[in-house]
Parts: sequence; structure tokens; C-alpha cells
Amino acid sequence: MAFESHLLLALLEGTVGACVLALTALGLSLVFGVMRIVNVAHGEFFMLGAVIAWAAATLVGGPPALSFALALVTAPLAVAAIALGVDRLILRRVAYQPDATIVATIGLVYVFQQAVLMTFGPEARAVAAPFQWRVTFPGFGYSGVKLALAGAALVLIAGTWLMLTRTHIGLAMRATQIDRETAQAFGIPARRVYALVFALGAALAAVAGVLVVPVQQAHYLMGGDPLLLSFIVVIIGGLGSLRGTLVAAFVIGISDGVIAVFFSPTLAKIAATLLVAMVLVARPQGLFGRAPS
Amino acid sequence: MIKVTSGLGAGLTRRGALRVGGALAGATALAGVPGYRAWGSDAPIRIGLQVHRTGIGAAYGRWYESTSSAAVAHINANGGIGGRPIEMIVEDDATDPKRGAEVVEKFASEHKVDVVFGTLFSHVVIGSAPRAGELKMPYFVVSEGYHVASGALNRYVFQPGITDVRQQVTSMAPWITGNLGKKIAMIFPDYAFGYDHRDFFSAAAGKLGGEITTLLAIPPTETSYTKFFPQIPAGTEVIYHVMVGPGVLTFVKELGEFFGAGGPKLFGFIDSLEAVDLASPGLEYLEGSHIWEAMPRFADGQPTESALAYREKVGVDANGASVADPKDIATFSHMFGCWETLHVIKAAVEASGYQGADDTAKLIEAVEAMTEFPESLDHPQGRKTFNGKLHQCFGQQFISQVEGGRLKVVHTTAIEDGLYEPEADYTTQAL
Repeated sequence: MAFESHLLLALLEGTVGACVLALTALGLSLVFGVMRIVNVAHGEFFMLGAVIAWAAATLVGGPPALSFALALVTAPLAVAAIALGVDRLILRRVAYQPDATIVATIGLVYVFQQAVLMTFGPEARAVAAPFQWRVTFPGFGYSGVKLALAGAALVLIAGTWLMLTRTHIGLAMRATQIDRETAQAFGIPARRVYALVFALGAALAAVAGVLVVPVQQAHYLMGGDPLLLSFIVVIIGGLGSLRGTLVAAFVIGISDGVIAVFFSPTLAKIAATLLVAMVLVARPQGLFGRAPS
Repeated sequence: MIKVTSGLGAGLTRRGALRVGGALAGATALAGVPGYRAWGSDAPIRIGLQVHRTGIGAAYGRWYESTSSAAVAHINANGGIGGRPIEMIVEDDATDPKRGAEVVEKFASEHKVDVVFGTLFSHVVIGSAPRAGELKMPYFVVSEGYHVASGALNRYVFQPGITDVRQQVTSMAPWITGNLGKKIAMIFPDYAFGYDHRDFFSAAAGKLGGEITTLLAIPPTETSYTKFFPQIPAGTEVIYHVMVGPGVLTFVKELGEFFGAGGPKLFGFIDSLEAVDLASPGLEYLEGSHIWEAMPRFADGQPTESALAYREKVGVDANGASVADPKDIATFSHMFGCWETLHVIKAAVEASGYQGADDTAKLIEAVEAMTEFPESLDHPQGRKTFNGKLHQCFGQQFISQVEGGRLKVVHTTAIEDGLYEPEADYTTQAL
């Protein structure tokens, strides 16, 4: 294969991976930034999104494009509702204490995985892609669905960004992030903002799960990898910095694609982990995080 | 993060289990009971099923468990083992080698079973087998790995119900090089099971004038495969793929997108497609390709009386799906191993006059003395020979072609095609 084709393939693979990663990590970063809690169950929301997408597509049937569109709407909503329940029944009861939240969400990982194992089953299940489209490049073909999913992820990221920066609700979230007490003094219902942020974070993971399900499959253990990569991205970008998360997702995603294509996927993971270690040593607050004053 | 948490949980349990095990062993010793079982002549034979109920092997585990239950019901309905009923105790090992060793320990110390069987994934077998040897617990695996016949395990470990990878690939290599092509790219999982394929198929194809153009080891956690395909050189005639794990549909789809209509021919292993409907979206690219099966998924591929009767007993329809749910596809090329293994255990217990744990050595020797399993309802996959020194059975293989979402058997190998020079002799080890 010619070098140009090879490089193009590497960049395509990297960009698609980066877009999905950015969407997933954005939710984790948002939850940490505003609520100052680490949600270990974030990857399971990704998995639930994919599984619910399968359920929606299977129960409704019909043309793949229609059932996929339905899944794209219902899965994030259903997962957001589950996240609201988690917030109300668990997080609020442990008063969002960081340690207790980590333990509680570790427990949730097992609860979600086993609940899906008992209902959905242990098999990997495919969802038909909304359309079939093979894009031909010189020397190789590439999945048009993958390109479309990268585009959809970018649109969703932009939408979230606009919501955070241009709307009243986004302002309330940012105010709560900067100083919860002062925000409350100005009449922002911090408790409701927390619930909303947690649900939004979960919905972002879920929608990423829906987007990947036509190119991967739904499986009850699929949440582990996205969680690990999201943590890597959030740490490199700086805890709580959304801009940092997005930059880091693209750095990690594209370098992962290029290293994996030209060398080996294992080397790509080694490089990402090494980068985390170096960032933690040289700049513990991450690339865009603010150092504690 | 997942790894950290599960490691922590498993670590604690392991210590706890060892403590309990030690305490129980101590208590038994103090009581001065010879062995730990008191048998009446009609007391049940206790058989432990070590099953992958959770973890990456769960899709297989579910069918291993239901097939084993069907075999136990069948044996018990026909007089049990030497007049004694089988009592099957099931423990989940989470497809985790560390947990697997604990499960073997639990079977010995807590459930006090006579034998343990049913382990599938090679890393779990390799993690559990040494403990079975230490505990002198007969351990019958249904795994396919070459680890039993290689001599790497111990005298208490047997694989009498399913063939190993080395004989599978040795017996099929002539058909692949003769019918599909001699320039072959191999794609296999980056762990022991994949290395068995790599080593033994490369060797077998090499002897037949085949050329391996590239070896692609795929890490087990991989979810996207396109990045590997540029390494397949132009001029490759056959892609030999064996992938285990949930990624197979992605793999096939991306293969199709990458190569389009003019790509190399495909030869795959059913391992990737067990419990997967061949009509699943994304598998279209497999149409016309060839796949190894240990036991044909579709009933017309092996319409023998015993295979059809077995199919009915385990509740599988003519299309390889559950009778109760046509969308629930069985792991038909593996699960017969549980059925056949239980029948080997039955034959060995009856031949040795085994009564309880004190007779374990007699039981081991009785299995080692076996040489042949004729085709019957006890061995529905077909006739097998058994090498008592290797602790491994030898049997026929099937090559099938995908046609309209179905598998059609096009070639059946003979037992002799898969024979290889033995590398081990377990009978020289002390009991």
C-alpha cells in the first residue's frame, strides 16, 4: 500500500476514534468539573446507550435508518433518566463526597453489568447500520458509516459547547462549577444543577454508545475501554477543563490511530499511558487545568 | 479502572478462599477421617462444573451449562453411573484464571466433588490446572487448546471430549492450501490460543508448500480492525482468521469495507461465530467463505442418528438455535465436548470401580487406558481415538461454506489427518 494511502487510513481511523472519545470524555469531564466527583460508572452509561439502542432497534424493527434514529433519541433519554435516579437515590444520599461517590459508582459498574448480563445476555449483538456506504480511496475502502458517526459526534460536541456557553442553563452550570456557594446565593438551585449535569454527562456517554453500535456491537463488558481512555483524556486535558478534554481527546485519538496503523495498537496504548505519566509529573493540573492556588 | 476494582475484589476473595480451604483441610486432618467422603453405594457421584457464567466467556458458558445439565439428566434417566446418580454442582469462574484456581479449590474443599470438568478458555485452564494437580482432583477440560497434549499441565488434567487446535489445523491445512490458495495471511488473537494457531498452522502449511505472507496478532481488547489490514501484502490469496471475543462482526464488516469485492478468500474458525446468527447485519461479507466447524451447526451437515438424537436432547433445532428461541444461537461446535466428556467420566468411573476420593488414582489410570470412543449417542460428534499418554482425544473436523446465511459442509477430515508426533507422556508422572 502506498505511503499516502496508509497515512490517510491512519488519520481517518484516528479522527473517528478521537470524535467518539471526545464525546465520551466530555461527559466525564463535565461531571467532574461541575460536581467535583469521579464517576467510575461513566463507561457503563456508554454501554447502556449501546444496549438500549439495540433494544430499540430490535423491538421496533422497520428500516434500519428509522430504528437507528429512534435509538439515537430514546437511548440517551433513557440513560439520562437512569442517571437522574442514581443522583437522587445514591449520590445525593452520600452528599457527593468524593470518596463515597467513587465507591458507590464502582458498585454501580457491577450492578449495571450484571443487570445487562441477566436481561440482554452475554452475546455481542449487532445493530444494522442506518445506511450502507463504502467510500473508496486509492488502495483501500473505508466505512462511510464511520465517517458519518464522526460527523455526528462533532455536531453533538458543538451543541454541548454552545449550550454551556450561550444558554442560561449553561451559565448556571458554569457558575456552580466556579463557586457553588456564591451561585446558590444568587439563586441558582445547585442541587438541581447537579442532577442535570449528571444526567447530561450520562446522556453524552450514552449517545456515544449509540453512535458506535452500528460499527461495533453491543456487549455487556464494552464500557471498560471507553472509561479508561476517557480518564486518560480528562487527566491530560486537566480535570474539569472542557477545552483541555477536547484537545487531549484529539491528540490521543489521532496519535493512537497513527501509531496503531504504522506500528502496533499495543504501542499506541503504551504511548498514551506514558503521556499521562509525563503530564502528571510535569504539569499535575493537566494541560489546561488551573493549578490550585 | 475496571481492572483495578476487579483485581481488588478477586484478591480479597482469593485470600479468604485460601484461608477457608486451609481451615477445612486442617479440620479434616484433625478428625482423622480417611479421605473426606463417606460413600454409600447409591450416594450420588458429585461432579463440579467450572463454568464461564460471567466475563468474556459467558456466551459459551451458558450453553456449556445447559448441555451439561442435559447430559446429566440423560445419564441419570438411564441408570446414572454404575447405579449412582450424578449430582452436578456449578460454580462460575468469571472467565478469570485467578478465580478459576479458587473455584477448583472450592470444589475440593467445600463441595467435596469427585471430579471437576467443563473449563473452556485457555487462560483459565492454564490458571486452574496446577491447583487441580496439587489437590489431586481429576480435571476434565473442554478447551481445544494444545496445552493438555503439549505436556504443559499435569497428570490430573484430561481433554477427552474435544479435539485440540494442533490436530484441527493440521488436518485442514491440505484442504486450505489445495483449494483456496498457498499465500496465506494469518489473523489470530494475541494470546496462547492464537499462538497455537500461528505455530501449528504455519508449520503444517509450510510442509505443503504454503507461504504465510503475514502474521497479525490482535490484542484481545481491540474494537477496530481496519488499522491492521494494510499489513496484509498484495498477492495474498487467503486470509485465515480466528478471532475470539465480541469483535467478530466488526472484524468481518471492516474486512468487507477495506477489500471490497476483489479481496483475498477467507478461511475462518467458527469460534468467532459461536452464538452469533450468521444472518446478523455485517456478516454479509462472509458469504461464500469457508469456516471450520467441529460439529455442524445445521442438522443437514451431519444427519447421523446419534447427532440428531443429541441435538434433540440438548434442545437445539435444525438451524443450530435453541428450540425455545430461534434467535438464540447455540455454541454447537464446542458444547458437545461437555456431553462427551461426561460420558467419558461415566465410562471411567464404571471401568475403575471408583467409589470415592481414595480411588482417584484408579480413575486416572482408567481414563489413561482408554483408546477409542465409537460414534454413538455418548459421542455424537463422531468416532474418536484417545491417547492416554497425551490425555487428548482425536476426531474428525468439518469445513463448511457460508451460503445464504447457512453453513454447508463441503469437506470432512479423517482422524488420521490430524495426528502429530506426541510431545508428552503424562503417565510417567507420579500420582
